[in-house]
Amino acid sequence: MTGSLLPLGAPLPGASFTELIRSLDLAPEWALGPDGAPAGFQPPDATTVLALRYDSGVVMVGDRQATAGYDIAHRHIQKVFAADSYSAVAISGTAGLGVELIRLFQTELEHYEKLEGVRLSLDGKATYLARMVRSQLPMALQGFVVVPLFCGIDPDDGTGHVFTFDAIGGRYEERDFGAAGSGSREARAYLRTVYSPGSARTEAIDHSIAALVAAAGQDLATGGPDLRRGIYPNVVTVTADGVEEVDETAVAAAAERALEVVR
Amino acid sequence: MTLPFYVAPEQLVKDRAEYARKGIARGRSIAALEVQEGVLLLAENPSRTLTKISEIYDRIAFAGVGKYNEFESLRVAGIRYADIKGYQYGRRDVTGKSLASAFSQTLGNIFVQGPKPFEVEVLVAEVGRTVAEDRLFKVTYDGTLYDKRGYTAIGGQADELSDRLGDAYEATPGLVEALALAAEAFRDVEDRAIDGWEGALLAREGPPRRFRRLTKEELGGIATPE
Repeated sequence: MTGSLLPLGAPLPGASFTELIRSLDLAPEWALGPDGAPAGFQPPDATTVLALRYDSGVVMVGDRQATAGYDIAHRHIQKVFAADSYSAVAISGTAGLGVELIRLFQTELEHYEKLEGVRLSLDGKATYLARMVRSQLPMALQGFVVVPLFCGIDPDDGTGHVFTFDAIGGRYEERDFGAAGSGSREARAYLRTVYSPGSARTEAIDHSIAALVAAAGQDLATGGPDLRRGIYPNVVTVTADGVEEVDETAVAAAAERALEVVR
Repeated sequence: MTLPFYVAPEQLVKDRAEYARKGIARGRSIAALEVQEGVLLLAENPSRTLTKISEIYDRIAFAGVGKYNEFESLRVAGIRYADIKGYQYGRRDVTGKSLASAFSQTLGNIFVQGPKPFEVEVLVAEVGRTVAEDRLFKVTYDGTLYDKRGYTAIGGQADELSDRLGDAYEATPGLVEALALAAEAFRDVEDRAIDGWEGALLAREGPPRRFRRLTKEELGGIATPE
């Protein structure tokens, strides 16, 4: 911070918060040396997140586990976040980088909205997120990959959209559902068999939690619902009314049903 | 080699103050009132797109009068200041007081050191959990910082408007009542029909970001004089 004065003389990076903190030398940095990370250095990974479209929006789900090698690093981290009032974002990959990426992304959207007086378009948000992933490429090449998942409502047509990304910063819009993280393959395989377009909200929530259970059944790093400890996935829905966190009793009930259904 | 002319500090301050005041006197006024539902900001503004009132952070709003480009650059700097602080620390660490003091420092510096003083007055409002925790700060062109209670005004007719608000403002009013009261004060002071309203509320309750603009319907009740 520039002491107690306003950053009035800061170079003018337009409405971008990232550019602003970069110009003030406050941007987060994780520069690794030319040798990369030492062997055995293994920060926790956030595992499986997924999102699927339903009749009035999108549901996004994430398990709660962070895994470092064969070790459970954390049992209840949060991987699914509201990005702003009409979109949500989730992370997979190196958890420490991902959480910071999301904080920056959230600040970025709010900053833009306040300066410009309007929200970024859904497409604009997804493009910006892709750019943030791309800027992490040097870290990704050292083995610290962050892959987000993004979904939201397009205010123009009121429909939900899901965007997946790759480590390079590629951005892909999905027609029905998307997933990221170590268990995403399994989750997608499950969703492919049960998904039908235009399903209702409760059905979509059931399917998404069941897909997470399926992922946890095959992927060691993914933590399914833990009824004994009372740890349930984070579930949010994004509709024309905004982002809403699905309350835990509803998630718990859906989790119990999912554990019955998925073998 | 030429020496710069010596100008006595008293003279310098007087000249600059006069210059700034002249600019501000042309600006239409803005009022802020603590109400039961939060903090109300009301401005006379003929434009529907060029706003004078703006969100800064969760519980903090900004209003500026005077030269548009100058208070706009202060608004942008305020949002940057708040967002940087909130990002570096936490959302609760962004306070109206530190922001108002940053405006004060900045305007004070420009007044003394800048090529010309800013022809602006700004208002920083912060809503608290209770009315007692509400904060209204007014910063003038020379960086003087005032901490106001209940109600305040900035702009060309700030003093008269503030006096009129003071006459009518008793126990913390409700939003509708406060709107009527403030509109009446504007009309009395200006002695003419008001050329368009801009209003916003920092809500006392609700999701983290409390700033919202008042709708045409909400402002409709006060639109027509008498």
